[in-house]
Amino acid sequence: MRLLLFLTPVLLAQVNVPYERILNADAEPGSWLTYSRNYSGQRYSPLDQIHTGNVSKLRVAWMNQANETETVQASPIVADGVMFITKPPNIVEALDAKTGRVLWTYRREIGNDFRGCCGRVNRGVAILGDTVYYGSIDAHLVALNANTGAVRWDVVMADPKVGFSGTGAPLVVKDKVIAGIAGGEFGVRGFIDAYDAKTGKRAWRFYTIPDKGEPGAETWAGESYKTGAATTWVTGVYDPETDTLLWGTGNPGPDWNGDGRKGDNLYSSSLVALDPSTGKLKWHFQYTPHDVNDWDSTQTPILADGVVGGQKRKLVVLANRNGFYYSIDRVSGKFVAGRPFVKQTWASGLDESGRPMRLPNTTPTEAGVLLYPSLGGGSNWYASTFSPQTGLYYVNAKEEGAYYIKGAAEFKAGSFFNGGGQRPNKAEQPWGAVRALDVVTGEMKWEYRLHVPSHAGLMTTAGGLVFGSNGTSFFALDASKGDLLWRFEAGGGIVANPITYKVDGKQYVAISARHVLLVFGVE
Amino acid sequence: MLTKPRLARAADDAALVRVIEHGISGTEMPGAHSMSERDIRQTAAYVRTLGRVAIKPVPGNAARGAELYRTKGGCAGCHDAGFTAPALQGVGSRRSAVYLREALLTPESAVPDGYLLVTAVPRSGGNVTGVRVNEDSFSIQVRDASGKVHSYWKSELAELRKQRGVSPMPSYRGTFSEDELTDVVAYLASLKDSE
Repeated sequence: MRLLLFLTPVLLAQVNVPYERILNADAEPGSWLTYSRNYSGQRYSPLDQIHTGNVSKLRVAWMNQANETETVQASPIVADGVMFITKPPNIVEALDAKTGRVLWTYRREIGNDFRGCCGRVNRGVAILGDTVYYGSIDAHLVALNANTGAVRWDVVMADPKVGFSGTGAPLVVKDKVIAGIAGGEFGVRGFIDAYDAKTGKRAWRFYTIPDKGEPGAETWAGESYKTGAATTWVTGVYDPETDTLLWGTGNPGPDWNGDGRKGDNLYSSSLVALDPSTGKLKWHFQYTPHDVNDWDSTQTPILADGVVGGQKRKLVVLANRNGFYYSIDRVSGKFVAGRPFVKQTWASGLDESGRPMRLPNTTPTEAGVLLYPSLGGGSNWYASTFSPQTGLYYVNAKEEGAYYIKGAAEFKAGSFFNGGGQRPNKAEQPWGAVRALDVVTGEMKWEYRLHVPSHAGLMTTAGGLVFGSNGTSFFALDASKGDLLWRFEAGGGIVANPITYKVDGKQYVAISARHVLLVFGVE
Repeated sequence: MLTKPRLARAADDAALVRVIEHGISGTEMPGAHSMSERDIRQTAAYVRTLGRVAIKPVPGNAARGAELYRTKGGCAGCHDAGFTAPALQGVGSRRSAVYLREALLTPESAVPDGYLLVTAVPRSGGNVTGVRVNEDSFSIQVRDASGKVHSYWKSELAELRKQRGVSPMPSYRGTFSEDELTDVVAYLASLKDSE
């Protein structure tokens, strides 16, 4: 039999996600089209087939394993029945979202010159049209045919030999692919890049540390700006209403020894607001000026609206690694409110502009100084979530102190440039909690305590649920009260963000545990 | 037959020995696990001599072949989309002119792995013919010519026809004249890997 059908193909591919679909992601809640589902960073799903009444019936539908024992940290993308994930060491895979069967696999060699501070981790891909975008661990940006996995283009973002690596999921805005970079422990100079989605040609680069003569350069002593880090390793968000890209930046380098970089060290440990077409800075907010505790502010910020003094305000909110919760006016970049969401002992509070008032004797010393939170932070890169249904912000909070130590820091390209570290505080057992906070003030409404701190993200759904993880457990809480409604022992550490999607009329929830992606559905 | 002296996956002799011993993962080339170390070294040396033989020019007009590929042959519709037929970038680096001619005349002799033609008939009606993307005891995923992937539980299917030894590609015997065939082969042979 000869197939005439094949001679006149209609070029209507399986997967096709034009920009308008991402922009209007709420119109198709069954999909998960960008890192945080939509541009707001809220990681809230309008799906409600799985809800407080039936979540106890959640069972594993399928799993997908990596052939490496390293942890899968990817937040999957789901479009048109296909799930796109990344796996260690340097793999992108397309799966049938209903059965879990593999549709294609892209494997990339890692050169011997790869450095990387923290394992061969990756947090996922972006999609536009029929192309999937992947920031590889060896700091390339790769465009793959979403339907076949074939390489469309492959560009070098930065040199892996000096410590750069790609770990975050890129973000598509209009016709550009926006990508951050990791390497903050190697004395690199951080940036955010934008590439033409069609050709891979770089459209702009925003250096997170100003060059000599540029505004902000005066916040770095001497030549320290050249090795000041401020990397951008977690996906940011986009506000279509103001046409603004909002992206968090990492710690200044060297992490724990600030002697050589006196000054505020802009724009490290900050939120930067950029014009997505040009990469020009609109405003910035620095959470931790002259950070000496490795408190990256790279967590995905959340766009939410709140009522302040009787007026509705457009906010960008974040429970920061430094232990404070912040709400900021996302139009002006001005501080609105903030307060600690975990125990913190390094600042007496935030002043009227939101600047922390650092207490004396809180910088790292050679002997070590005990401070809260630890360098892992009150929270970290894993996602917080905001539910418009409850009006609450949910954070995976970590209660832990540590002795911060100052050490020598000598820069050598491609080597660690830390200047110290931390020693655990053995007098206390660290613990964690899922905390529900008032979105404007950060005031705690309830908490669900965790035996040990969790390093995984949260997601809320219209089913009245908060999904979270603790160690090897994946669980669902009642979003309004914090009651535990369901839990699953995954048998492997969970260091990932959950997502949910619908295919053939059925809702699924996905999370990765160690090297296994688990997908759940109600029987 | 090697069509070029420089091997993309074997820059030096040590790499060539590794390729022969372990094969190339993700391709049709298996590892030569039954060969002794000496056999492998000798094979590598032989492979290197092939690269020293002057490459015979492929006859035909590649530019006219490219035109036929796009127009009369209708090849681009499937091969450029890459959904139901393999992409042909670099095929001239991997396949000889003799192989390419044979594939055009008797496509069923050259169906590559991963391109099994199947027809799935769901109980709910309709049917889909395409290339099998993946299959296990319980489900099958089929990519149709438009690129759409259809995923079925086998329990939902009334019938699943697998057409082994059948290629979705038509034979070009009689479609292309002898001269045209030579030109298309010349074009395909000119598609080298970028170096």
